[in-house]
Amino acid sequence: MTEYEAVIGLECHVELSTATKMFCGCRNEFGAPPNTNVCPVCLGHPGSLPVPNREAIRRIITIGLALGSEIAPHSLFHRKNYFYPDMPKNYQISQYDLPICVGGHLDVEVPNGQGSRVGITRVHMEEDTGKTTHGSPSGRIHDADAALVDFNRAGVPLVECVSEPDIRSPEEAGAYLRELRATLESLDVSDVRMEEGSLRCDANVSMRPVGDTELGTKVEIKNMNSMRSLERALAYEISRQTKALETGEPIVQETRHWNEDAGATATMRSKEEAFDYRYFPEPDIPAIEPSAEWIEELRAALPELPRARRERYVAEHGLKDEVVRVLVADRTASGLFEQTASLGADPAAAANWITQDLAGLANKHGAEAAARVTPRHLVDLLALLGDDAISGAGAKQALEDVVETGDDIGAIVERRGLRQVSDSGELGAIVDGVLAEHDDASRKFRDGNESVIGFLVGQVMKASGGSANPKLAQELLRDRLQG
Amino acid sequence: MTELCDLTGDELSTKLRAGEITAVALAESALARREAVDDRVGAFLTPTPEVALERAAELDTYLATGAPQTGVAGIPLALKDVLTTKGIRTTCGSKILETYVPPYDATAWTRLSGAGSVLIGKTNCDEFAMGSSNENSAYGPVHNPWDLDTVPGGSSGGSAAAVAAGMAVWALGTDTGGSVRQPASLTGVVGLKPTYGRISRYGLIAFASSLDTVGTFTRSVRDAATLLGVMAGKDRRDATSLDADVPDFTRGLDDGAAGLRVGVLAEAFGEGVEPDVATSVRAGVDRLASLGAEVGEATLPHAEYALSAYYLIAPSEASSNLARYDGVRYGLRVDGDDSIEMMFRTRGAGFGPEVKRRIMLGTYALSAGYYEAYYGQAQKVRTLILQDYAAAFERFDVLVSPTSPSTAFPIGAKADDPMAMYLNDIFTIPANLGGVPAISVPCGLDGAGLPIGLQLTAKALDESTMFRAAAALESDLDLELRPPLLAAA
Ligand SMILES: [Zn+2]
Repeated sequence: MTEYEAVIGLECHVELSTATKMFCGCRNEFGAPPNTNVCPVCLGHPGSLPVPNREAIRRIITIGLALGSEIAPHSLFHRKNYFYPDMPKNYQISQYDLPICVGGHLDVEVPNGQGSRVGITRVHMEEDTGKTTHGSPSGRIHDADAALVDFNRAGVPLVECVSEPDIRSPEEAGAYLRELRATLESLDVSDVRMEEGSLRCDANVSMRPVGDTELGTKVEIKNMNSMRSLERALAYEISRQTKALETGEPIVQETRHWNEDAGATATMRSKEEAFDYRYFPEPDIPAIEPSAEWIEELRAALPELPRARRERYVAEHGLKDEVVRVLVADRTASGLFEQTASLGADPAAAANWITQDLAGLANKHGAEAAARVTPRHLVDLLALLGDDAISGAGAKQALEDVVETGDDIGAIVERRGLRQVSDSGELGAIVDGVLAEHDDASRKFRDGNESVIGFLVGQVMKASGGSANPKLAQELLRDRLQG
Repeated sequence: MTELCDLTGDELSTKLRAGEITAVALAESALARREAVDDRVGAFLTPTPEVALERAAELDTYLATGAPQTGVAGIPLALKDVLTTKGIRTTCGSKILETYVPPYDATAWTRLSGAGSVLIGKTNCDEFAMGSSNENSAYGPVHNPWDLDTVPGGSSGGSAAAVAAGMAVWALGTDTGGSVRQPASLTGVVGLKPTYGRISRYGLIAFASSLDTVGTFTRSVRDAATLLGVMAGKDRRDATSLDADVPDFTRGLDDGAAGLRVGVLAEAFGEGVEPDVATSVRAGVDRLASLGAEVGEATLPHAEYALSAYYLIAPSEASSNLARYDGVRYGLRVDGDDSIEMMFRTRGAGFGPEVKRRIMLGTYALSAGYYEAYYGQAQKVRTLILQDYAAAFERFDVLVSPTSPSTAFPIGAKADDPMAMYLNDIFTIPANLGGVPAISVPCGLDGAGLPIGLQLTAKALDESTMFRAAAALESDLDLELRPPLLAAA
């Protein structure tokens, strides 16, 4: 039986976090009351004209440089014409055959797999549209009596990054998107939040027999709103297309919509219904011609990119690949790590705490609360742990307390009584008392039932009010019982 | 008899400064003229008498302080109804914008207003500036003050007629393929289309963005130079506005034509040009020669393709520019079962036949599979015309041709024949495709007593030389141009 492989290309849309919109002076912010950040330009009023935002151009050039693209010395905006109620001019200012960034690549690492290089076809600049909601008693489209449009998002700078069809699996697609997000995050150009729509992704999927070089019929998938839905949708689509090929059903070139609840894709529009966008050069905007000096200036100012950072963490701190991958995927996390390590904390311990415990707390309490944790907190926490002055469990409690209150570690340890007794004299007295009280258990131990030691440690903990260092308690118990 | 509103802006500005007249009296004069004649002419869509009188009174107070004045302060101005005015309805001569009140002013108007200009009203025009006779206005035609049965030209016919009949001392129009120069020619006034990008297009409701230019109607070349000086210059709201020095365009106007190299466009005197027009324009050229200009024969070899190229580029851009009129945010809305049907119905009801024709032309020309053959080819012609101009301006300072092949024609005469109508712009279109400045100056009357215009074209940003040639001709001809409508009044 023929084996098939998936051929996947991703088109990612990234909203830039510039202070103002792409072609007007309106503020670019998420979550403002509807239609408050609007003006004649972004509402498409008659006679208004777009003026490109230089900062947005700077950012897309920076993105291109980070992805190894060629920065075009001459590029043009084009108009993409189609009617949609939330598009104020009924054309989108975009780019067509002369994008700002041409070519490039992104090196990605698939978890538990091989690294691979995904080609970048192009990165171009465009503007976002408004948002339509359907005003109806139920909020559903079928009984809507009005469509309400919010134009706050209209004209927000949008970067489209198109990959080559180099991706072969949902996991690789996920890794690509994560790497792209980390790269954009390190460049400080976008909020890259999929849940807020500042990072969006469409996919082109086709299947072909393994070994073939020709591409199969391409299907475009839209509406994947999270990393998870990207991987799920691709897995679904691959299995759908594989089944179709195996049963001899034709695969139709079309656009399909991913339905998260149903866990399936469904036809949105066929090739015949595809729009003719009637692209032509935008006459309101002169060609974008960045000087070679400016491009070199931006190249020199590029920050350390995730891949280089991962390599450095392994080389400098000897961290494990898996930990490094998680750490570098999140700029806040890696920033915290770097500062904590630079203050003298053990890098491996710091990395583990950040990628595991703190990540868990961020899920539980929210990223904003987790941001209360400073490098100083971690340094103090790790120092107490290193001295056995607190237990692992105590440290976890202390960290959660920081997330909740932001208090100093020292204060939290005192307030919660987390300091453990690690003084052998003090603890020895408690151990002696416990042994005296539990004569039978001591005897069992001496008779060879070593598991009874757990019970005895528990008694020591109880007698100390939980403050005993359990490791030391066990040591002292053994000393006395075996001595 | 001649009244205040019949004088030039320059003459009036002198009188205002000298305290001989008041801005209120001047505004009243123009308003009275409109009351007297506009029911027959139809130049204004939205007159603004209250705005004008209030502004004039403010200016009189200011003038009384003896503070320095600009050349436009206190002078009544009319604006073509495609230039946005904050708080004042702006229709583009279309039903689709019948109720549209812009939230902002066009930059050209902002600059004039800031210099003390007095807005007297918004003028009639072909719908979305598409036309050469003003018969495509949704609000009825404009009648030429020289003969009320004829057209004033278009698309800025209302502004041209207003200036010709003294309802405004001067006016702004827009020129995409000749929409200022051709009506200026047909109504016996001076019509200026500056270099593309000289004046900001912000607030000029777009017809064809790469060709649209704000232009002026005046009774003298000097007045055109004055208005241009106030409006010209980089505008941060228009990325295509030019960041070029703005000279004092009124300097050198009296330097005469001696030594100017004048190229006569031989191809512009051939078939289709009315004999009276050709004769009059040739006579104008002879006058320039007699004033010491070096006259030679010039050619724009690719100008014969200009009309075809224009009727691909302009409708293509228009089809996209006019897509925004969908009933969602402003203007006319005709409800439908869903937003797409609403859009269809709104556009069906809101646009007139010529606008629909051009939207369809443009949509077709941009369609997949046709783009290269139509829009792509037209852009190549445009490049060739630019090269033609570059070559011509190596040999000449200005080029001369008739502005329009004909004088004013009867209303209705070409209404059913779009090709005949499009041929009106055959001499004006190349300057739009080339982005170069051009001006129409009156050079005589035909046998029926209708005005004839002579067009001068200069290289990009060299309006000064063009003004100098135009002023020399104007002062030499010293025409007394008064439409019969006013003689009868
Ligand atoms: Zn805006």
